[in-house]
Amino acid sequence: MTTMDRLVGAGVARIDGPAKVRGTAPYAYEQDPGEPICHVAVVQSTVNRGRISRLDPSRAEAMPGVLAVLTPANAPRLGHGLASDLPVLQSLDVHYQGQIVAVVVAETSEIARAAVGAVAVEYSAQGPDVVLSAERPDLYAPDKLMAGFETDSVIGDVDGALASAAVTVDATYSTPTQHNNPIEMHTSMARWDGDRLTMWDANQGPHTIVNDLVAAFELERDQVRVISPYVGGAFGSKAFTHPNQIVAAMAARVVGRTVVFELSRQQMFSLVGHRTPTIQRVRLGADADGRLTAISHEVVEHTSRINEFAEQTATPTRVLYAAPHRRTTHRLARLDVPPPTIMRAPGETPGMFALESAMDELAHQLGLDPVELRIRNEPARDPERDLPWSSRNLVACLRTGAERFGWAGRDLAPGVRADGRWLIGTGVAAATYPTRRRRAECRITGHGDGRWTVEIDGSDIGTGAWTALTQVAADALGVGLDAVELRIGDSALPFAGGAGGSTGMTSWGSAIVLTARDVRRELDEKHGGVLPPRGIVVKGGVPGESPHASDWSMHAFGAHFVEVRVDRDTGEVRLPRATSVYAAGTIVNARTARSQFLGGFSMGVSMALHEESVADARLGHYVNHDLAGYHIATNADIGELDVHWLEEDDPYVNELGMKGIGEIGITGAAAAVANAYWHATGLRVRDLPITPDKYFRELGAG
Amino acid sequence: MDTEITLRVDGAAHPLTVDTRTTLLDALRERLRNTSPKKGCDHGQCGACTVLLDGRRVNSCLVLAVTVDDADVTTSDGLAAGGEPHALHRAFVEHDAFQCGYCTPGQICSAAGVLAEARAGWPSGVTDPGEDGGDLTDDEIRERMSGNLCRCAAYANIVPAVAEVAAAEGVRR
Ligand code: FES
Ligand code: FES
Repeated sequence: MTTMDRLVGAGVARIDGPAKVRGTAPYAYEQDPGEPICHVAVVQSTVNRGRISRLDPSRAEAMPGVLAVLTPANAPRLGHGLASDLPVLQSLDVHYQGQIVAVVVAETSEIARAAVGAVAVEYSAQGPDVVLSAERPDLYAPDKLMAGFETDSVIGDVDGALASAAVTVDATYSTPTQHNNPIEMHTSMARWDGDRLTMWDANQGPHTIVNDLVAAFELERDQVRVISPYVGGAFGSKAFTHPNQIVAAMAARVVGRTVVFELSRQQMFSLVGHRTPTIQRVRLGADADGRLTAISHEVVEHTSRINEFAEQTATPTRVLYAAPHRRTTHRLARLDVPPPTIMRAPGETPGMFALESAMDELAHQLGLDPVELRIRNEPARDPERDLPWSSRNLVACLRTGAERFGWAGRDLAPGVRADGRWLIGTGVAAATYPTRRRRAECRITGHGDGRWTVEIDGSDIGTGAWTALTQVAADALGVGLDAVELRIGDSALPFAGGAGGSTGMTSWGSAIVLTARDVRRELDEKHGGVLPPRGIVVKGGVPGESPHASDWSMHAFGAHFVEVRVDRDTGEVRLPRATSVYAAGTIVNARTARSQFLGGFSMGVSMALHEESVADARLGHYVNHDLAGYHIATNADIGELDVHWLEEDDPYVNELGMKGIGEIGITGAAAAVANAYWHATGLRVRDLPITPDKYFRELGAG
Repeated sequence: MDTEITLRVDGAAHPLTVDTRTTLLDALRERLRNTSPKKGCDHGQCGACTVLLDGRRVNSCLVLAVTVDDADVTTSDGLAAGGEPHALHRAFVEHDAFQCGYCTPGQICSAAGVLAEARAGWPSGVTDPGEDGGDLTDDEIRERMSGNLCRCAAYANIVPAVAEVAAAEGVRR
C-alpha cells in the first residue's frame, strides 16, 4: 500500500455520472429481469372511509390481454405482521381515498390501464374527515414521536415566565400537507423463481423492503432479494415499504411471470405517503436585551386511521436556543387520510419554519438585528438534555454567512426598499439537524491483484453515496479510487439501514472505515503488511450509535441568508440570491456535498413559495394531485446560490467526524424566505406557502 | 388496435407493432427498452421524457408513437455520438448538474434543444422585445430550462453547465 493524498474532502466527480447523464444507469423499471414483463395497474377507492359493497371485475377479466384481476375476494392471503396500508386486498374495508381495491395484471401497460376502467366498484361510505384544526376535540398525545423522541418536554414555569417577560411573541404558524414527489415514480418489478422472490425496486434501503416482503409472503430472508442500485430521488417517500412492493410481488406470484408496477404520478399522492400539515403555536418571552426567558412550541398535526405517524415537529426547538423556561408539545388528530410518512427532515422542516419565523418577529419587537438576537441566545450546552455539544458552530455560521451575504448595515425596517415595482427584503434563519449513526455491516475483499471490492447495502438516492463511499473506502484502504469497486443497493450485500435521517455516510462510511482498519490489521498481523496473492475477505461494521451519543449532544448547524423581491402589483415572489453556511463536520465530497446543500435549500424555497396539497373537505381527495397542480420550484424559481461550509472537527460523532448533510439544507430555509418576504413587504404570512393571493389578503388585513 | 410503424431512434431504424394508444415514451421504454428518456408524470408536466424529434425538444409522453413513423428521435444516449460523450454530458458531470439523475437525460435533451433554439435566434419569455434570442444569459437558461423539473433541485448547477456549452457554441455573449 502506498501513501496517497486524502481523497476524503476532494470534489471527486460522480462515478455514476457518465451513465446517468446518458440515461443508461438502470433504475428499477429499467432492469432486465431476463424474461418478458407484464404490467400492473390498480383500481383505487374513491371514498375515504367505508366498505366495498360491490366489486365486479368480469368486464376487465374478459378483455384480451388481461391476465388477472385481483380483488379482496380472490387475492392471496398475506402473512400477519403487516402494518398500515401494507395488507393490500385483505379486506373490504376502506381507510383512505386512493386505497388499492383491485389489481389488474395485463400483457401491456395500455391494456392494464384500460382494464382498470372496466372494474366496477361500489361502496357504502361515510363522509370524509380530512380537515385538521387546533380546536378538534379528538386531538391526542401519542406515546412517542418519530425516531423515538418524547412527545412533550417541559422545563421550568413557561406560563409564569411569559407573563412576566418584557417582550413576547405569540403567533400561530401553519404548514400544509406536502408530497415528496421524487421525479422517479415508485416502481417495483417482481419475479418469482419457485419460492424465491427477486424484486428490482425504487427504495432507500433494500433491507427494509425485504423485512416486509418476508412477512407478507411468509418467507425466509434468503428467499427474497431486493435490488436497487439506482434510485431516482426519494426524499423519504421510498424509505419504508409501500403497497407497490406488496402488489408487484403478489401479482407476479399469481400470474407466474415477471410483473412491473410503476405508480402514476397521481397515485403518488395517496399510496406513498406525505408530510403531515402542521398548526404550530409559538410563544417567546424575552427580557429587554433580547435574552429569551421562555419558549413554548405547541404542535398539532395529523395521522391516518391505520398508522400512527407522529412527526417530531418541535424537536429543533429543544436544541436551538437557550431559555430557562421551555415547553414543546405534539398533539395528533386521526383523519381519513392516507398514511403520512417522512419527508426530507421530518420535524425540523415544518418546525423550524415556525420557530425561526417567531424569532424574526421577536427581533422586530425588540428592534434588534435578527442575527444578533440568535447570537445572544446561543446555549453553552444542550438546553434540554443538559449535555455538552460534541461541536456547535451556529454562531460562526451566522457570522460568516452575514459577511458573505453583505448583511452589515441592513435597515431593520420592513417594506421600505423598492426597485421599480419590486419590493426588496432580506431575511435570515438558522438551520439544524441531528447527527446519528446506525448499525451497518460491511465486507471487504482484497483481490490478489491489488483490487478491492467493498460491499454494503447502502443506497444512493441522489446523495452521491456511490462516489463518497468509494472515496472513504479508498482512503481507509490506502489505495486509489480506481482500485476500489463499491457494491451497494442490494439486499444480498451486508446489512445496512436505509438512506434516511442523514445517517447514510455516518453509518455506512463508518462501517467501511472500521472494516478497512480490520483489513489492515489482518494484513499486518498475518501477511506482513502485503496483500497475499490469494486475497483476503474481512467482515466488519458498526453496532449503532456512537459510544459518545449519550454524553454529548450531536447536531449539525447552519444559517441561511436570503434576498427576495416581491412584485407590488401582483404579489409574485422572486429569489435572486441566497447564502447558506453550514458547520456539518467532515465533508467527504466537496462537489456532491454542495449539491446536497443547495438541493435541500432549494426544496425549502419550494416549500416556502409553492408546495401545498389541497384536500377537498367534501370529497376527501387531494385536488391538485399531479405536477401541474402541485407546484414545485423549477429552474427559474431559484437564483444565485452561495453555499459554504466551515471546517469542523468533531471527534465524538463517528470515525470520520461526519454529520450527515442530506437534510440540514431544507431546515430553516422556508423561514428565511418568509422573513425576507416580511422585510420586503411588511406583511407576515404565517401559513405556507406564500402564494401571490396571500399578498393581497394581507394587504387587505393590514 | 395495433399498427406497424418504424421508429428511427438514435440513428437506428426499429420496425415494430404498437397499440395505437402507445405513446412515443412507452414505445421507447417498454417496446424498444430504450430507457434513456424517463417517465416522471406521463402528462407533459415534468420534462423527464424529453427527446429531440427531428431536432426539436418534445415531451415524448405527449406524442403518440404512430404519429412519428417517419421522424428522427434522439435520446440523451443518442447524443453520445459513437460513444463519445456530448459536450452537455461532460458539462453536467463537471458541474454536478444532477443528483439522482432521473430528470437528467430529459434536461440534457432539453438543453440541446435550447442551444438549437438560440442558434436560430428564437426569443423566450424573458428576451427583451426587439432582441433576438441568441444570447443565453443565466436568466435565459433558467427560463428556457423551466419545463424540466428537478426535484433534487440541481437547478443552480444546471445553469452553469448549460452556460458553459452555450459559450463554447457561441450562443452566450
Ligand atoms: S413524463 Fe413526459 S413530461 Fe413528465
Ligand atoms: S437529479 Fe433528481 S430529479 Fe433531477
